[in-house]
Amino acid sequence: MPDAKYISWFRDVGLEDRPRVGGKGGSLGELERAGIDVPRGFVVRTEAFERFVEALELQAPVRSRVQGLAAGDLDGTASLARELRARFDDAQLPPELELEIRKAYAALCQAGSMPAVAVRSSATTEDAADASFAGLQDTYLWVLQADAVARKIRSCWASLYSLESLSYRRRQGLAESTVAMAVVVQTMVDARTAGVMFTRSPISGDRSVITIEGSWGLGSAVVGGEVTPDRWVVAKITGEIPVRDISDKAICHVPAAGGGVDVVPVESSLRREPCLSDQELQSLRAIGRQVERHYGRPQDIEWAVERHTNRILLLQSRPETVWSNKDNQPAATPASDPLLHVMNIFGGQR
Amino acid sequence: MNAQAKPREFPLPSSVKVIPGTERAQAAYPYHIQFTQADDRKFWFYNSMHFPEPMSAFDMVTAEAAYCALGAANTRVHCLPTTLGIDHRIINGRVYIGGNAVTDPAEIARRTVEFQKRAFHYYQNWESLYAQWKQKMLKLIEDAKALPDPVLPEFEPLENVHAGRGVASNHDLLVTYQKTLEGYFRMWHHHFEFLLLGYGAYLTFFGFCKKAFPEITDQTIARMVAGIDAEIFRPDDELRRLARCAVELNVDAHFRDGAAAADIMHSLRESGEAGRRWLDELQVSREPWFNINVGDGFYHYHRSWNDDLSMPFSGLTSYVRSVRAGEPLDRQVGRLQDERRQLIADYRDLLSSDEERAAYDQMIGLAHRVFPYVEGHKFYCEHWYTNLFFNKIRAFGTMLAGQGFFASAEDVFQLTHYELEAAIIDSMNAWSTGAEPRGPAYWPPIIAERKAAIAVWARHETPPALGPIPDVIDDPAIVMLWGITRESLDNWLSAGDAGDSNELRGFAASSGVVEGIARIVKSVEEISRLQDGDILVCQVTNPTWAPIFHKIRAAVSDIGGSMSHAAIVAREYGLPAVVGTGNATSKIKDGQRIRVDGGRGIVTLLL
Repeated sequence: MPDAKYISWFRDVGLEDRPRVGGKGGSLGELERAGIDVPRGFVVRTEAFERFVEALELQAPVRSRVQGLAAGDLDGTASLARELRARFDDAQLPPELELEIRKAYAALCQAGSMPAVAVRSSATTEDAADASFAGLQDTYLWVLQADAVARKIRSCWASLYSLESLSYRRRQGLAESTVAMAVVVQTMVDARTAGVMFTRSPISGDRSVITIEGSWGLGSAVVGGEVTPDRWVVAKITGEIPVRDISDKAICHVPAAGGGVDVVPVESSLRREPCLSDQELQSLRAIGRQVERHYGRPQDIEWAVERHTNRILLLQSRPETVWSNKDNQPAATPASDPLLHVMNIFGGQR
Repeated sequence: MNAQAKPREFPLPSSVKVIPGTERAQAAYPYHIQFTQADDRKFWFYNSMHFPEPMSAFDMVTAEAAYCALGAANTRVHCLPTTLGIDHRIINGRVYIGGNAVTDPAEIARRTVEFQKRAFHYYQNWESLYAQWKQKMLKLIEDAKALPDPVLPEFEPLENVHAGRGVASNHDLLVTYQKTLEGYFRMWHHHFEFLLLGYGAYLTFFGFCKKAFPEITDQTIARMVAGIDAEIFRPDDELRRLARCAVELNVDAHFRDGAAAADIMHSLRESGEAGRRWLDELQVSREPWFNINVGDGFYHYHRSWNDDLSMPFSGLTSYVRSVRAGEPLDRQVGRLQDERRQLIADYRDLLSSDEERAAYDQMIGLAHRVFPYVEGHKFYCEHWYTNLFFNKIRAFGTMLAGQGFFASAEDVFQLTHYELEAAIIDSMNAWSTGAEPRGPAYWPPIIAERKAAIAVWARHETPPALGPIPDVIDDPAIVMLWGITRESLDNWLSAGDAGDSNELRGFAASSGVVEGIARIVKSVEEISRLQDGDILVCQVTNPTWAPIFHKIRAAVSDIGGSMSHAAIVAREYGLPAVVGTGNATSKIKDGQRIRVDGGRGIVTLLL
């Protein structure tokens, strides 16, 4: 499907499209282009957001009201946030936009066996401070119908006008005309097991290991910290697994019948069983290496193993930031005479 | 598990008593290796790595010769900046050692200047000096082989008399004995000529890897450096060659499971031309590659393959079966080399800057340069030469047993080397006087007493360390050769706190997880008890045990580090291995189910 006016399929976008598809959307496109298995999906680009806000502006001002807030006016900000939130919830999408989203969603349902999708905000900036301000991490799982999809898209957009977001922007004095958001709509993976993977050690920063954390069911239980996941350290190059911490996984997230997620207890016989086989760990290692090579830097990855096919899919990959931003001292620098290195051992300076 | 329950210190040397009834056996060791009150000021640890069992009086010579040579190299030859030699003491047959650190900064600086003039010359000329070393060792081995067996003819041979030799045959005994002993002391000097420098260069690279890749396993670093065609692989390679040869010559049916080596050789000899051709091939392999012994070479009873063919033949039989089944037997040297190159390149790519990569190149270059010696020397020293040495002493044992000194030739090893010289002179004297030697009346009760003492000592636990605990262990020799750090001392102190834990911990030597039946193998005689699929549990593994790695699913040892030859062989075979557990052979019961996690260094006792 060629690009439409407001949406793009993952395969048609890459990191260079971030201003219009956001970080998450750009990264998923980039992964698909790199030959990595990701759940199919599309990005509702920032043009859609602009079109929607434009329609709202015709009824009553939006951006000028925000721009007019005084930086310290907490009461004014709170009341405007409530008002705008209601307007985002009530307003219909402009028909041409609505039609395009419904068509794309229908195509997605046709291609996959599941009508369930995840709707996730995709911020247009990689800036860590921006990413941390509220609203930009909104994710709605297991969304089941076109109406609900449209509603969740508006909810993602509305999160830009939450009290926290508005306060942040006023404090920073950001121009409202630059504020926009893309939204990712992605086939939901009914995960047997899901989790995260760091292509360097989060503990020591070691780039020669991959740390994998996973638990039964949807990854939201791991990402949300609701379960202590199993944890493995896999040597990136050799595939050795020097660390295996298998935990007691009491609960898991599963799709709810009417949409959304249920929290259920894990069957007792599975609680202390490893949620990944060694073969799956090795497959994850290979995928982690491939993604890291593609981006040229360590990655922080969300993955899932599909329940019925045991297929491994990546839900997201972003650059690792904690260790990468540290001032890394080299382990050693070359010596004028290579033999001088041995003085580290013989000189008593261990 | 109350941390306060145990005193957090080691006993003082003076508080360790000679076990009652063994005092005279203890007194056999010379005065300078007996503990005295003055030794209480110093930290000592039990060298269970090299001397895991009580030492017989003669075997003490290995400690004496080795520490004499090690100290000379450190203190006087290469002048290591921060350490001198290593002292040793023996109590209850156990060898305790303690380093002598240099701590005065001015002295360290003075020694550093000397060290760089000496050691750097070795590093710079490593290949040529090592080639020269091999020549020296081969010459030493030739000299040892040329020494005659001790015999005393009734009359001096007529040709000696007519030639005017002027020296009678009894004098030759003394010459042979003293040359034998001299050669052994000399061999240990050769052994340490490169050793610390070699380990130092390896540890330099090791330390870099641990800093650049904090979670890298020891075994991965070892794999980046280890040689692929090192001498330690040769004996096992020869067995594979002989197995293929047996199938090609169509004599493989003679290699029946459980058949004794002598019976197999006999039936081959009788079988005709092909069988004799195979025996010729065996002869080619035996010299020198069967001069490998079944231990670390530190005890007279660690016999070589040549002396006891049961080990190589047990491996051969199983290799022959594999060849017949069409299994690939060759070590794929080319593939292993490619893998190693790739491993080195992949880790190099992970480094964060070209500067770091340049330092990596320098250090791994040096490690590769020194490693042929680190891996190769043992074959020449601890195996080949040591076998010749102990066998020559055994020949004196045979002669003296023939004169009634001993009930059996092996009893000779219950005498110290000083006492043995006295016994030889007793024999020389008796031959010259025509009277009876005094030894037959003198030695048998002493030998009986000493054998009993060793049995008593072996039943008693000995403390892992003695004396005041140092704040840091900064002696590179101790850290390098024994892997002892402040952390390992703390582990020793807390050993036993865990009570009846069903887990044993050791070095993660080769990764993989396997469950199976444990077979405790304490000596080569017990090798035949191993069934296919068993897990080998032993005190020390050794490259000579390689053929049985073909049979087993995993290996566990009491002694050894991640660079021990056992670990290397296990990695070669892709078998999980945990080495250096300390007490696996006493904690695990024969036939018990255990789980070996070679990636984490944990052995779990099941059931």
